[in-house]
Amino acid sequence: MPSLSYASPTTANDAIALLAGASGQAKLLAGGTDLLVQLRSGRVRPDLIIDTKKIPGIIGIREENGDFIIGAATPGAVIEAHPQLKQVWPGVVEAMDLIGSTQIQGRASLVGNLCNASPAADSVPAMIAAGGVAVILGSKGRREAPVEAIVVGPGRTSLAKDEFILEIRLPKPPPRTGDAYLRFIPRTEMDIAVVGCGVCVTLDAAGVCTAAKVSLGAVAPTQLVVKDAADALIGHTLDDATLAKLDAAARAVCRPITDKRGTIEYRTKVAGVLARRTAAIAFQRAQGVQVKAH
Amino acid sequence: MNYIVSKPELKAVGTRPVRPDGVDKVTGRATFGADMVLPGMLWGKVKRSPHAHARIVSIDTSKAEKLPGVKSVITAADLPEIASEEAFVGEGPMNFRDLSRNCIARDKVLYEGHAIAAVAATSQAIADQALELIDVQYDVLPHVIDVEEAMEPDAPILHDDLFTANVEPTPTKPSNIAKRVYFAKGDIEAGFREAEVVVEGRYTTKPVHQGYLEPHACIVTVAADGQAQVYSSSQGHFMVRAYCAKLLGWDIANIRAVPLEIGGGFGGKTLIYLEPLALTMSKRAGRPVKMMMTREEVFRGTGPTSGAIVEVKIGAKRDGRIVAAKEILKYQAGAFPGSPVQPGCMCGFAMYDLPNVEVTGYDVVSNRPKVAAYRAPGAPISSYAVESALDDLARKLRMDPIALREKNGVRDGSKTHYGPTHQNIGFLQTLAAAKNSDHWKAPLKPGQGRGIACGFWFNIGGESSGAVHINEDGTAAVVSGSPDIGGSRASMALMAAEVLGIQVEKVRPIVGDTASIGFTHVTGGSRVTFATGMAVTQASERVVEQLKARAAQIWEIPPEAVDWRDGAAYPAGSNAGAFEPLSLGEIALRAAKTGGPISSEVSLNAQGAGPGFGVHICDVEVDSETGGVKIVRYTAVQDVGKAIHPSYVEGQIQGGAAQGIGWALNEEYIYNNKGQMENPGFLDYRCPVASDLPLIETIIVEVPNPRHPFGARGVGEVPIIPPMAAVGNAICDAIGIRMTDLPMAPPKVRAALDTQALPKAAE
Amino acid sequence: MSKHHISTTINGEPVEFLCEPQETLLDVLRNTLNLTGSKEGCASGDCGACSVICDGRLVCSCLMLGVEAEGHSIVTVEGIANGDELHPVQRKFLEHAALQCGFCTPGLIVASKALLDENLNPTEEEARYWLAGNLCRCTGYDKIIRAVMDAAAEMREEARAA
Repeated sequence: MPSLSYASPTTANDAIALLAGASGQAKLLAGGTDLLVQLRSGRVRPDLIIDTKKIPGIIGIREENGDFIIGAATPGAVIEAHPQLKQVWPGVVEAMDLIGSTQIQGRASLVGNLCNASPAADSVPAMIAAGGVAVILGSKGRREAPVEAIVVGPGRTSLAKDEFILEIRLPKPPPRTGDAYLRFIPRTEMDIAVVGCGVCVTLDAAGVCTAAKVSLGAVAPTQLVVKDAADALIGHTLDDATLAKLDAAARAVCRPITDKRGTIEYRTKVAGVLARRTAAIAFQRAQGVQVKAH
Repeated sequence: MNYIVSKPELKAVGTRPVRPDGVDKVTGRATFGADMVLPGMLWGKVKRSPHAHARIVSIDTSKAEKLPGVKSVITAADLPEIASEEAFVGEGPMNFRDLSRNCIARDKVLYEGHAIAAVAATSQAIADQALELIDVQYDVLPHVIDVEEAMEPDAPILHDDLFTANVEPTPTKPSNIAKRVYFAKGDIEAGFREAEVVVEGRYTTKPVHQGYLEPHACIVTVAADGQAQVYSSSQGHFMVRAYCAKLLGWDIANIRAVPLEIGGGFGGKTLIYLEPLALTMSKRAGRPVKMMMTREEVFRGTGPTSGAIVEVKIGAKRDGRIVAAKEILKYQAGAFPGSPVQPGCMCGFAMYDLPNVEVTGYDVVSNRPKVAAYRAPGAPISSYAVESALDDLARKLRMDPIALREKNGVRDGSKTHYGPTHQNIGFLQTLAAAKNSDHWKAPLKPGQGRGIACGFWFNIGGESSGAVHINEDGTAAVVSGSPDIGGSRASMALMAAEVLGIQVEKVRPIVGDTASIGFTHVTGGSRVTFATGMAVTQASERVVEQLKARAAQIWEIPPEAVDWRDGAAYPAGSNAGAFEPLSLGEIALRAAKTGGPISSEVSLNAQGAGPGFGVHICDVEVDSETGGVKIVRYTAVQDVGKAIHPSYVEGQIQGGAAQGIGWALNEEYIYNNKGQMENPGFLDYRCPVASDLPLIETIIVEVPNPRHPFGARGVGEVPIIPPMAAVGNAICDAIGIRMTDLPMAPPKVRAALDTQALPKAAE
Repeated sequence: MSKHHISTTINGEPVEFLCEPQETLLDVLRNTLNLTGSKEGCASGDCGACSVICDGRLVCSCLMLGVEAEGHSIVTVEGIANGDELHPVQRKFLEHAALQCGFCTPGLIVASKALLDENLNPTEEEARYWLAGNLCRCTGYDKIIRAVMDAAAEMREEARAA
């Protein structure tokens, strides 16, 4: 058994030093709901586990001038219990809530889900659609990057060896903004998304879309930002013609694989279905209607 | 004594006391296979083949043996070579030579996950490290998984000495078809000539696993003189003892198998995997050895049930009378012969009174784990095909599906196509109960579909032992040899309490180990309440005779002059004498002085197991855009003979239905093109979770089985048989499409809808 | 490889143990502390048989390292009853026959208690979704849900009476 070490730094700088100085492979540990599974299966064999949970600010949610700042290791259960966050970003909260069971929710985090970099990660399309920004710390200091810039391939992020994400910032949404996330799974729970879709729209007083962002998950090696889908919405209400264009745009951009969770053909069709259904909820929320996604 | 006839008002049987082992289970105190520890124990682990089919060229264990902390490393060379001997292993046919080679591979590996070596070390981490140090050289061979591909003449052959049995002329070339099964009644050609309406279908199913939550586990200890203890969870500790003795060449008397609590079996634990390996290593190392499979090992290395292809053709008159029924079943056996194709051949048509029948079955080996029994082995697959075809027939005839079953349903005196004549059965009563149920009468909402399907299982009896001991204070101990999977201990206590006439809380049941109670066949075949219940009942009756004799002695009257009722001895009429009744407790207090301990043990081979019939009603909603199927209402109706403990009878029915629903909708083994399983975990092997199911209503029908003292029939297996067709028939009702390939997962439903929507090509 | 010395609270008692970094909390509970009530069904967080409550939150102990328990408070199935007084969830499981083999039962008892600690009035659907992470292969969940709803009703009644 290769010897495994464990450290739980109490400052961000200590964590950076451990990452930078690691001679073998170092893995960050927040909730552990991906890492421990991979450790057990032998998919990863790190030399060092760096537990981030004692770093100040890494657990917790705060509001700053209307922005929501969510600590990287904040468990899903805390996110779901935050009434203001749920009120403003119901799609992001629902996406997080969909990840695994109640037990997983007790530990799993947004950033863990993001940095595990599965193409099917549930939180990521929702964070992308919401315009989420990752706040990154490393030896070179602090930088920010949009969430869609983090995942570069299955299991790979754009973070440098000595970097970690401290928090996610969800910017203050303009008035009449609504977001939603839906995924398709074969059972009612406990499955990895076959397709995931995050939509965020801003409407004018007449209900016409003025801004939109659409992101699809599990239909490509990384989450997609579907500009054509957003363009199909901007300047329109969600009438049948718009829905059809949206469906087509979502399908056109899919580059899925056939695997044990879905075929190319099926994923593509369902991407269109989810795009329509998710947009419908986002539009309703932007108009102030309280909608439960499921 | 038959209590249904003689004692219509039962006091204990039919009630719902809290089960005696319940508190231990809700507090975490119950000891399951992996919970036990012994001082000085080693951890055992198994090295498994990564290849689906390969010759073992060499195994070098030298590096592993040298690793500090490793106390034993074994391969097949360390176990005796077992000669070919046919047997009925657990709940299915198998050869002891095959069982031995399944536990540890000899010459060839036949499936990914096949055990090839084992180690015992002072820690799990060291054992894992040692496995990696074992160097195996393989000569990889072409493999075959699909059953029809395995039947092709040019398929890769698994066994050079396997020739298809029961075909003419006797084959000279080895084959993957182990045997052909054939049943016929009447004249099938004439039957189809007579038919006015014909339906046919070809149905395909994938292998599914029993899915018990508890992985296989055992802890064994062998002394230097060869006396061994095996503590394990199994569906039969006498089976564990017998098979270990057989595979190791040890005297049965030298193995004491102790049953720990078992975390689910459903047939999958009616045979052994780890125990012979643990015993061999424990003897070598002189220390106890504990072994536990990981979930991945359970999927890769233990028997699921068959995947299969079934072709069915049914011919009927316009009035609904079926005149011809034909079925061809091709079942995967996995790496060694012994699929449940025979019961599949028996059960599909067994519910219907048919003049002309032909059923042909093929037992086919392929490079995947050897199949193990799974709840009514073989029958769910066969009934999926038959009940779906009958649904098609009902639609073609514009006939109510229950009415179609009633028109053709078996009753007392109906002769089956596989031999026996039905007696004292309750199929028509079960159909009637389904027809009269609230569910059947409830209107469907728009977009919903409803389906029904039926199931039959013959249930078995067999060898069981039960003992009843009266304690000095008048309480009682009941010992039986049947591991308790679903609450059978509670039923044993109820039956004993009924006969003795005392409160069930005063009757404490345990499962005795192999040295402490007489031989008992496995817990399976829905036999325990029937056969072990019969042994316990008879032992209780003999105890009552002894109690009466003691009272007679005390009163100085002949034993025939004593009655027993409500837990006490009474003089039988005024001539016997004006004695105050003597309670069981009072007699027990005086046992030593009246002859000694009051106790009885009965061993029997129970005959007359009554078959069970089930009818299930399922309502679904289909999301036509995603193909997602939601079960919105489910009712299971079943004839159980007599519900000894109704809560556990309901539980068996609900559990079987849930497994069948999983089999119908989402469960399957997924293989890559190297013959390796891609989903060996609960994430992608999709068993139903709590949010997938509605409440499952159960309707218990009681047509007593006169061969059991309380009228009981086996319950556990029937309920897994109807669900696949019930769900498929409901989907057909909802979307007008017959799904013929399991599982009926969303991508398939969506694809079927899309195909249906395509404009038909010009003819 | 050196072991870490961990101080924690388990079922209300201070507990110290040594463990290696790669050992999960489940491994520690079962193999070091002999608290075998929590079960290993899958070791990958998919079955819930290892459920415990950590600082008031339901988690899978197979997905926590033993070292992560430092300074935290863990409740296992062994800590649900109060001496010989069973928790309402435990009593209702027994009354409703909500267990057959009993292997999933510890995890379900812990998960159900966690549900009722948070919400004494769940709907059937809420209970099912909360418990979706606890696989049961024997019961089909019917009697489990009935037991949980009945325990909730009893606990609501007690809270009203108090």
